Amino acid sequence: MADLRVNIAGVELKNPVIPASGAFGFGREYEKLYPLSKLGGIATKGTTLNKKDGNPPPRIAETPNGMLNSVGLQNPGIEHFIQEELPHLKSCDTVVIANIAGATEEDCVEIARRLEPTDVDMIELNISCPNVKQGGAAFGVHCQSAAHITAAVRRATKKPLMVKLSPNVTNITEIARAVEAEGADAVSLINTLLGMRIDLKTRRPVLKNNVGGMSGPAVFPIAVRMVWQVANAVQIPVVGMGGISAWNDAVEMMMAGAAAVQIGAAIFQDPFAPLKVIDGLNRYCDENGIERISELTGTVKPW
Amino acid sequence: MEQGTYLQGKYQLVEKKNLAKNTYDFTIAAKEMAELAEAGQFVHLRVEGFMLRRPISICEIDRSAGTLRIVFEVRGEGTKQLAKINEGEFVDVLGPLGRGFTLLPANQSVIAVGGGIGVPPMLETAKHYQKNATVIIGFRSANAVILNDDFKACGNDVMLCTDDGTMGAKGFVTQALHKRLMEGHADMIYACGPHAMLKGVVELANEFGVPCEVSLEERMGCGVGACLVCACKTVKNGEEYYAHVCKDGPVFPAEEVIFE
Repeated sequence: MADLRVNIAGVELKNPVIPASGAFGFGREYEKLYPLSKLGGIATKGTTLNKKDGNPPPRIAETPNGMLNSVGLQNPGIEHFIQEELPHLKSCDTVVIANIAGATEEDCVEIARRLEPTDVDMIELNISCPNVKQGGAAFGVHCQSAAHITAAVRRATKKPLMVKLSPNVTNITEIARAVEAEGADAVSLINTLLGMRIDLKTRRPVLKNNVGGMSGPAVFPIAVRMVWQVANAVQIPVVGMGGISAWNDAVEMMMAGAAAVQIGAAIFQDPFAPLKVIDGLNRYCDENGIERISELTGTVKPW
Repeated sequence: MEQGTYLQGKYQLVEKKNLAKNTYDFTIAAKEMAELAEAGQFVHLRVEGFMLRRPISICEIDRSAGTLRIVFEVRGEGTKQLAKINEGEFVDVLGPLGRGFTLLPANQSVIAVGGGIGVPPMLETAKHYQKNATVIIGFRSANAVILNDDFKACGNDVMLCTDDGTMGAKGFVTQALHKRLMEGHADMIYACGPHAMLKGVVELANEFGVPCEVSLEERMGCGVGACLVCACKTVKNGEEYYAHVCKDGPVFPAEEVIFE
């Protein structure tokens, strides 16, 4: 039994596996299948200041080895999260990472302020949602705006702050450096890649939003590349995600530089995917004489 | 058992039939799921080589045999692959999922309306009422007719319609429903089928003042209420919002659904 604990920005996780924001709601649905205490942490559904309805359906399209979604941050708002979801989540013996998003910088600051007195373990600031017209990725695609919003939220909270980055940029390392310079304690990447599918019969995009965020195994190599680049560019921990569906993907992501991993789309195919990844990591460590999984991070030997 | 309990696992396909062109009938041995399942719920099936599971409504529940029956139409590559599974092989099933139909005492008089591949979820529902259920089922043509004998075997009063008149009455299910409502009282209408059909059914239910429940369909992700992709516009207490077919539905009270 290897030591699977990892430390992200001062927060200890019992293992490095976290269901990704948007794929796991607030945990309630999957709690019917297994105790959430088995997970390293949970990145909760992206929450905005006020309740948000999201985009019109259809909001999902299948792609070869992947999918597109255009949910558009449908969520019950931060007060609902604090009152109705957080107390229960905190009783589940896992690390609670509150994913937050806002149309404006002021919104994000206000959400962080409201979370400050709660016992949320970490904030994941989403500056990369591709599915909302205002805010979301608008902050995450330019160094200046990414830096500015990170600085503002940093001032509003003492909680560990992780910034979730968009892959839909020319150079992700510049954005990562910019948020690190403004006080981010960690970065998580990649959010989804902007994509599109068209129905041949109707000549209409499958998604009512026309475009949406792509995830699933098809994006995995891109995610590995970006995690590797960012891990080499910053000193803060990197949480890797994008197309991880099995333990070997998680090992690869960690070798690329991730201190922990998030799992999203794979859960739709197999709700037990996070647990299988945890078991697989444990087995891999035992079979390879690795005492602590954290030793794996960044051990790729580039040519 | 806590409400909303569901399971996931690999279950054996014990019987496979081809009911009509591109329409398959699977009986799956899933004892624990059969115990939990209710009329109108669905199962979410993993298909080898595809990212997303396919939601298929439950057609019949046999608790004594420990089986679930599903009937589906091959619509795309995913369901085509699903139809290739052979008897004796295993299917990865997540279920039972969603909210099913509200069943009244079996002596009440109800009408179950199904159009095309919306017919299967009506069987378990109508079975509960036996002779007290009028079942109105509609298909494009005689060669697409499914489950007609199954409903008759349940003792239901079956009104069969085809668009082209090649079997049963020529016309739409809404015409048959109007006729049935003119003839006498009904305590509830259940409906599943194409959007236009549901809209017509709900209009008639309103006209005759009969409570109505409809089963909806939307492109789905997780199937359990976590990912929020299968949104459908509904109204509750005067407020419009996006409910989710997988968890809040697939069955909704007709008055909550906004037909756009």
